[in-house]
Amino acid sequence: MSWLRGRAPLVTLLIAAFLATAVWVNTTSFPEGSWQAQWLPVFFGVSALNFTLRAAVPLILGALGGILCERSGIVNIGIEGMMLAGAFAGFVVKVATNHWPLYSSLSVSVLAAMLAGGLMGLLHALFSIRFRMDQIISGTVLIILALGLTSYLYDRDAVAQGKFSAVAIPVLSDIPVIGEIIFTNPPITFAALILVVVVHIALFYTRWGLRTRAVGEHPGAADTMGVNVNLYRYANTIAGGMLAGLAGGFLVLEAVGQFQEGMTAGRGFISLAAVIFGNWTPFGAMAASMLFGYTQALQNELLLAGVVAVPRQFVSMIPYVVTIVAVAGLVGRVRPPAASGKVYDKDGH
Amino acid sequence: MTAAVLDLRGISKHYPGVIANEDIDLTLHKGEILALLGENGAGKSTLMNIVYGLQRPSAGEICINGNPVVLHSPRDAITHGIGMVHQHFQLVPDMTVTENIMLGAESVRHGLLDRNSAAQQITQLSQRYGLDVDPAAIIEDLSVGERQRVEIVKTLYRDADVLILDEPSAVLTPQEVEGLFSIMLRLREQGKAIVFITHKLKEVMHIADRIAVLRNGRVVGHAQPSSTSEAELATLMVGREVDLSVSPALNTTGDVVLDVHAVQATDDTGQIAVRNLDLQVRAGEIVGIAGVQGNGQSELVEVLTGLRRCDSGTITIGGIDLTNQPPRAFTETGRCCHIPEDRHLYGMVADYSVADNLVLNSYRHPPYSNRGAINRSAINQQAEVLVQSFDVRTPDIETMASSLSGGNQQKMVVAREFSRELQLLIAAQPTRGIDVGSIEFIHRRIATKRDEGVAVLLISAELDEILSLSDRIIVMYQGSVVAEVTRAEATRERLGLYMAGVR
Repeated sequence: MSWLRGRAPLVTLLIAAFLATAVWVNTTSFPEGSWQAQWLPVFFGVSALNFTLRAAVPLILGALGGILCERSGIVNIGIEGMMLAGAFAGFVVKVATNHWPLYSSLSVSVLAAMLAGGLMGLLHALFSIRFRMDQIISGTVLIILALGLTSYLYDRDAVAQGKFSAVAIPVLSDIPVIGEIIFTNPPITFAALILVVVVHIALFYTRWGLRTRAVGEHPGAADTMGVNVNLYRYANTIAGGMLAGLAGGFLVLEAVGQFQEGMTAGRGFISLAAVIFGNWTPFGAMAASMLFGYTQALQNELLLAGVVAVPRQFVSMIPYVVTIVAVAGLVGRVRPPAASGKVYDKDGH
Repeated sequence: MTAAVLDLRGISKHYPGVIANEDIDLTLHKGEILALLGENGAGKSTLMNIVYGLQRPSAGEICINGNPVVLHSPRDAITHGIGMVHQHFQLVPDMTVTENIMLGAESVRHGLLDRNSAAQQITQLSQRYGLDVDPAAIIEDLSVGERQRVEIVKTLYRDADVLILDEPSAVLTPQEVEGLFSIMLRLREQGKAIVFITHKLKEVMHIADRIAVLRNGRVVGHAQPSSTSEAELATLMVGREVDLSVSPALNTTGDVVLDVHAVQATDDTGQIAVRNLDLQVRAGEIVGIAGVQGNGQSELVEVLTGLRRCDSGTITIGGIDLTNQPPRAFTETGRCCHIPEDRHLYGMVADYSVADNLVLNSYRHPPYSNRGAINRSAINQQAEVLVQSFDVRTPDIETMASSLSGGNQQKMVVAREFSRELQLLIAAQPTRGIDVGSIEFIHRRIATKRDEGVAVLLISAELDEILSLSDRIIVMYQGSVVAEVTRAEATRERLGLYMAGVR
């Protein structure tokens, strides 16, 4: 079983232990004024965990998008741009359909967000495959393009009305703590969690996934077996763009409710770190996104809890320090797809 | 007479300015092994890429089982029962054998990959043809020989009737080559037709039913092993007579140039690889080190070029103690040059141009650089001269080294190494994997260096090479010198026994 190799079992165990602790903390009442009552909720409280998930969703979606691209051999540092384009498109369509019933309007906006992301993906694929542009440069172009266009086109007076609200899944949401954290959420959050499983199965258990991975690892092997290398690269880059677009849609339609200039604020880059930290696997990237989300939650909770012994600047550093340590130190041996970033040239060399 | 499974009629392939194939007719029948013999660049691979649908012919017709077909892509070729084992394996290293074999022809159940049924089928095929392939193994854990068998199963999995094996023996050890041959015979017995591409004459004589010789893109002759000889084939292949023998040294009493005393060294895993070894090479002689690979020769070469530390002992070159000095001390102070056994790892920078590769050992010195600034025109001038005099066949000196054929890459390495003033030449497997014409050329050049008074240490896994070049032969076994014989005393049989550890 490939699942049993590497860090996966250990990480799973750690997450399980963490969740068990969270259940224990939130179902036990500690004596008033004790250190447990003061500190445990900061680290394990429902609000900290909810915050974690909310911060993680765009990272997860962005990372899944990145995984699709990179597994097929296209380096994608433009997730940030795809996300921003998705956020903006979602916002524009939401504003235009404000007069529709709320959920129809939101659904169309989500589609628009994914479409915009997909178009950015297509652009990236065209640059990288058709025009053989350096993929790092092409990704940078996407970011700058999205930042510039959305800022230029943004109408400050436009207001989106309404956003997705939480849905409780019957029965499951009644589970103490877990039900509250995982099974009571708005739709895109659910979608993100389900997509992790879907992308995992698609990559490792379907024909499409086998070919995608082969194209990313050794395009020659795929080509000589009659697989159309560039077709798979186009399809995956566009699909990846759609997922990143959905991440942008989440920010506008589920988290904030409005668009702000540059609102992705580096989340695309953190997604990229999650792709690497998660060793180009969906579950790995999810775990990494959760970790990054948790550090943001911790920062928030510590400040709310009124930590004064440590200057708040240090508390604010936590997410960044953890990201650096995680990516630089703990990553260990991860390996990108071998053909990532290389144009496939039929004539070899 | 059985019908031809594959019939090529007047196949030509022209590139701008280059004729890769010209009017080639070839016929292949069920249950036979056809050897396609030719030097590097003779057009063998182009021809087979056409048959496999990777390239389109400029003219001519391909018939399969008597019907003309047009092959647009490998997919078409596979559909018509053609399978190809490429010289550079087309396997995804981090996937399993099963995944690699099913890629492009996946069996699917309920939308998901059906690995089990594929694995079963692979096991069956592997038993039927004696291929010994484990479906669950990961490619990167397999030896080269095993990977090749996976490639063969890949073609059988797709029901190929015609198997094209492109230089299959180039990457194998002698034992693995034997294994490959028995597989080929088994495939032939089962009615498969095989095209065996090679430039190794011995192998052709050994295994082929029929031989077609290609030169400069044309078929220049047909032969059968029973009625031809290696010399005849070599002449056909190269277009002139080939003579691999080299006259012995004029004088073997020169000064000692390389003096190795009681050297001990370990390999990468910490095992002792070179054991208390003494060795002397005199000016004007070639000392050959024979031995089965993995008996410490590679480590010895690395120690002698500064690439590996020795744990004890001394290395003196031209009277200067260079023990555990950096490689640059060996090349510059020791005036030593090194033709490495792995040219891709130590011999060249694949992504550099031919010109840049040709000055890797001298770029630091005038006229190629002046106070840190590179002098392009001096480098290019030098490159033109070396390319000319060493017959490196390249479109121009700006071409990437990676796009040259193996023989030309090796000539480039030799040209560079010989371009400085030398007292010691260390040549490790100098002709591995290259064609007869280039082998002859390199042998000549090594002998010329010797006659100029350079001390030469030759390390080779090819007994023929050791025997034809060396003035003195040393046999290494498990890290030690077990025998030393003169050229006159040496025979294949005697060396073979020493190499096996029999004293």
